[in-house]
Amino acid sequence: MSLREEIDDRLARLEVPFGRYGVDSFGVSKAHLANFYRILGVLYKDYFRVRAYGVHNVPSTGRAMLVGNHSGGVAIDGAMVIASMFFEMEPPRLAQGMVEKFIGKVPFASAWSSRVGQFTGLPEHAQRLLDDDRLLMVFPEGSRGTAKLYWERTNLVNFGSGFVRLALASRAPIVPFAFIGGGDAVPTIFNAYKLGKLLGAPYVPLTPYLVPLPLPVPLAVHYGEPMMFEGTGSEDDATIEHKVEQVKSRVAELIAQGERARRTGDGRLLPPPRRA
Amino acid sequence: MKVVVPGISGLLARLVAVELVRGGHEVIGIDARPWPDAPAGVTMHLFDIRKRAAEEVFRTARPDAVVHMGTVTHLRERSRERYRINLGGTRAVFDYCHAYGVRRVVFVGRHTYYGADADSPLYHTESEPPTGNASFPELADLVAADLYAGSALWRYPELETLVLRACYTLGSSHHGTLAAFLSGKRVPMILGFDPLFQFMHEVDAARAIVAALESNVRGVYNVAGPDPLPLSVIVRAAGRQPLPVPEPVFNFLMGRFGLPRLSPGAIAHIKYPIVIDGKPFRRDTGFQFQHDARDAIDDFAAERAGRR
Repeated sequence: MSLREEIDDRLARLEVPFGRYGVDSFGVSKAHLANFYRILGVLYKDYFRVRAYGVHNVPSTGRAMLVGNHSGGVAIDGAMVIASMFFEMEPPRLAQGMVEKFIGKVPFASAWSSRVGQFTGLPEHAQRLLDDDRLLMVFPEGSRGTAKLYWERTNLVNFGSGFVRLALASRAPIVPFAFIGGGDAVPTIFNAYKLGKLLGAPYVPLTPYLVPLPLPVPLAVHYGEPMMFEGTGSEDDATIEHKVEQVKSRVAELIAQGERARRTGDGRLLPPPRRA
Repeated sequence: MKVVVPGISGLLARLVAVELVRGGHEVIGIDARPWPDAPAGVTMHLFDIRKRAAEEVFRTARPDAVVHMGTVTHLRERSRERYRINLGGTRAVFDYCHAYGVRRVVFVGRHTYYGADADSPLYHTESEPPTGNASFPELADLVAADLYAGSALWRYPELETLVLRACYTLGSSHHGTLAAFLSGKRVPMILGFDPLFQFMHEVDAARAIVAALESNVRGVYNVAGPDPLPLSVIVRAAGRQPLPVPEPVFNFLMGRFGLPRLSPGAIAHIKYPIVIDGKPFRRDTGFQFQHDARDAIDDFAAERAGRR
């Protein structure tokens, strides 16, 4: 089956209720998704040769929240998670991320991100998507997470706590995941904040070869078992922080496992990195 | 019910009046603009709602209800006069209602009061403050009128006040902002932006307003119909041609080459979506729209074809 045929077949089975004009109530467009997945498909299968582990941990229907680490200075982590949910799940699911607010002001990026279901990171959007039983993708490190430098690539920075309150209030399971290799694909050595300000972005990551174009490094996503917390979402900060830490530790464990698997091969499908 | 409709000569208000008459209501219209072929069952009074003669109508007719549709929304009247009509007129309506024992009043406003912004949530709910005037100063008087109408809920608790924020309408009358925007062969868009637009068939909009009047709910409600659609989809479905223009040259082109003139604040409204959640209104009034997006666009487009 060619990539185009595979995408058409999977799009037909996607849970999104497209209306008469091929868009759903959020403006997600079937035609735009087809083009989007064509680009993601080439990157996912050929360029990065992404391996996804534990996809069965993601609920096949109903609301859920994918929560993981940022890896790589540009949004390849989010894009590859979206691709893995589409190309690896049966039936496929649309992972809907929360994009940086500045994207909404950028021509083309604004229209495209919303047509493929990636909305600005507002609590109202997250809540509404979960209420509609969608699959939400959250990077609680926020833009601090994409700003990690090469030598910090396997670390986690501070997690925001809003996602736990949201998961509790909407009774959504949290599926922790680790994204492995993004920091090698985009080895950021410096973040140019002033240049970013000029371009209307938080910063521009710079690499040894200057531009933040990702290298064709094999990437991996490890999905862990769903975590379900009891509560209402209106608990005090200390209680919420405790749950945030549980999720963060789980993501850290998955990162450690993922890095180990990557180094050793560990019986996994991933080849060990070539050494000179 | 005996229903006074200020602003009855507007195209949407006429549809509301027809629906009211059809529902067996007695309709009293007040508008400085005439409605020459007003149907039987509608009594017309040709004067401004703020004049003493308008108060006399309330004093003598003792209406049960009011559907206030006398706000000016088009931007040609960008003057103190528009401010006076919208805010002064709304104040007069509520004062008369209070003074002459009106039981129920429906203020018909627009969903654009929520404002268009890259940072705002896709679906607006009634609990959000209307911030349309921040990016679009021309809306300030309308936003103020909406909030003033809402304040009647606590100022005049005996008066059942209902404030509606209705989405755009489309249909054969060519009434409204969206119809005006789609009127040319080519419809200007900002290059790289394709916001969702929300509209309902104008007949459904009129039915919704009557349903609101006939219900027993009070408060602030969004009124919406079918799911929103990207502007480019609407433009093509209406048989028009989208004309994407880079924003820097957009201002220069407006009002020239047969393109509509837009105020600078209006540009945000074609870059960013204003979409409302209409579920609470449907839940509380039982209203259901009968025409889908295709019907509304077809009726709009058919009328265009017929006119040419």
